[in-house]
Amino acid sequence: MSEMVVSTAYLSPGTAAAAPVARAKAIQRLQAGDTIFRLLTLFSAVLVLALLGGVIVSLMIGAAPAFQAFGWRFLIEQSWNPVTERFGAIAPIYGTVVTSLIAMVIAVPVGLAIAMFLSELCPMWLRRPLGIAIELLAGIPSIIYGIWGLFVLAPILQTTVQPALIELFGPVPLLSALFAGPPYGIGTLTAGIILAVMVLPFITSISRDVFQTVPAVLKEAAYGLGATRWEVFWQVVMPYARAGVIGACMLALGRALGETMAVTFVIGNAHRISASLLAPGTTISATIANEFTEAVGDLYTASLIALGLLLFVITFIVLAIARYLLMRLEQQEGRA
Amino acid sequence: MSPYAIRRLRNGAATGLSIAATIAGVGALFLILGALLWEGVGSLSLSVFTEMTPPPGASGGLLNAIVGSLIMTAIAIVLGTPLGILAGTYLAEYGRYNRFTFVVRFVNDILLSAPSIVIGLFVYEIVVAPAGHFSAYAGALALALLVVPVVLRTTEDMLLLIPRELREAASSVGMPRSVMIIRIAYRAARAGMLTGVLLAIARISGETAPLLFTALNNQFFSADVTRPMSSLPVVIFQFALSPYADWQALAWAGALIIALAVLALNIAARVLAAGRQPT
Repeated sequence: MSEMVVSTAYLSPGTAAAAPVARAKAIQRLQAGDTIFRLLTLFSAVLVLALLGGVIVSLMIGAAPAFQAFGWRFLIEQSWNPVTERFGAIAPIYGTVVTSLIAMVIAVPVGLAIAMFLSELCPMWLRRPLGIAIELLAGIPSIIYGIWGLFVLAPILQTTVQPALIELFGPVPLLSALFAGPPYGIGTLTAGIILAVMVLPFITSISRDVFQTVPAVLKEAAYGLGATRWEVFWQVVMPYARAGVIGACMLALGRALGETMAVTFVIGNAHRISASLLAPGTTISATIANEFTEAVGDLYTASLIALGLLLFVITFIVLAIARYLLMRLEQQEGRA
Repeated sequence: MSPYAIRRLRNGAATGLSIAATIAGVGALFLILGALLWEGVGSLSLSVFTEMTPPPGASGGLLNAIVGSLIMTAIAIVLGTPLGILAGTYLAEYGRYNRFTFVVRFVNDILLSAPSIVIGLFVYEIVVAPAGHFSAYAGALALALLVVPVVLRTTEDMLLLIPRELREAASSVGMPRSVMIIRIAYRAARAGMLTGVLLAIARISGETAPLLFTALNNQFFSADVTRPMSSLPVVIFQFALSPYADWQALAWAGALIIALAVLALNIAARVLAAGRQPT
């Protein structure tokens, strides 16, 4: 900590003035320390960028054998067979997309409804505790969601919800295919529901913050014209907050796409594409988590890393869009 | 029905649904915590903290997993925190208005939500594969890479909150910039930066995916960072998916320990952050 010693000496001019040479030396040392510290922080900031580059490059190198062997067919091939060494990504991609879609279909309306409640309806004294409760949901590690999904949620779904869905949609054409087959409990639908609970807090807390930036004058004007609360929310608050809400949803989507452990517990790990949401499936992340340590052979490992690269690229794009929307919003606020 | 009645009906429905959604959301939190307490407390005993993970059918505890988690979390924090703080310092103090800062902030925000399993693959590629074996330091490195974005973000946010006058006052008495940052800015932002570290600990203490193929697992006690090491999340994963009842019970106990630790860290971070704000 030479800087601390030097700086106190520097701050007491009595001693420094007595010895001009020592003073010059002290200043020199300070300047050197200043430069070193600045470069150190700059280097750290560069390292964060390098981390991103490193992840992409190393995954590309790791995945190269798989892409060389299968080419673009890797993306559309359905079989995943370690014995014949034929690997294709379409089943995990399909599972990732479908589970995330289910999650968004559930979490977006529910999350927005909670945000509406928190910002427009909720009595003041209840706002903070409820907000904290929702945010604590975001802090729970995914492995906890996984174990809860497997032992608590899946049996409930198996005995009550899924039989009801099968009965309800069985006679309906098209929809019956979505809810066909025996109720396993675990499967694509269960994974989607767990994901919905996990991403809900992101949608709610960001949307609530955005709703609160809507100028009160706008809302009061609408109320003054005789609009109901719902009309104010839907026709004044939502249009004003649209970009932020979309950003929040994209952020949640990015999370859902990449979520690993909770899905791995309840998805059932079956490498096939089933029309039925009740059937077991797999996702990109669940495939990697389940098979990576047991993968023998370079092509198997490379195929799993190629899946990881795909996942990273997809989530990167989604998250980049989310951040872009939210960042523009912050800039607008800064200008206002 | 008159248009007015329809509007009122719609408003009533929307209000009711939003209240129902809130009850469902908060209910989910209580359902999860309730299940954890219900299943976890029953399996929690002193032996959980004093005995090693058992083979199927035998009694045992989670000592090696708890110690492994503590060791790897500690290393990850020691590695990741300085990097996050220094990078955050650059963004807030030196490069506040330049384009480079904009890019780093953008990338960091993405890394904040990027899938952690990909970080695990990355560390596998650069550490585990060249070394030829799984190791605790690879696991700790993967966790450290998850610490950096959290600490960077909070450090930057907290430094940006410091009033400009404080910096100007320090500079006007002749303090060099680095000394001003370390002795004035860091001190003023201390509580907020500590919050970031607590949140980072909370974030990594439940992380499973990046450890699966870096630190792997170890059925025995090990404090050797060059060898595979067990951790609570990985043991929970393995035991919960096993068919053995006593392994599943231990998984619940482990899940309860992690959940309580994470909740405590989150609440501590919140209290710390609230204490700093004048409101």
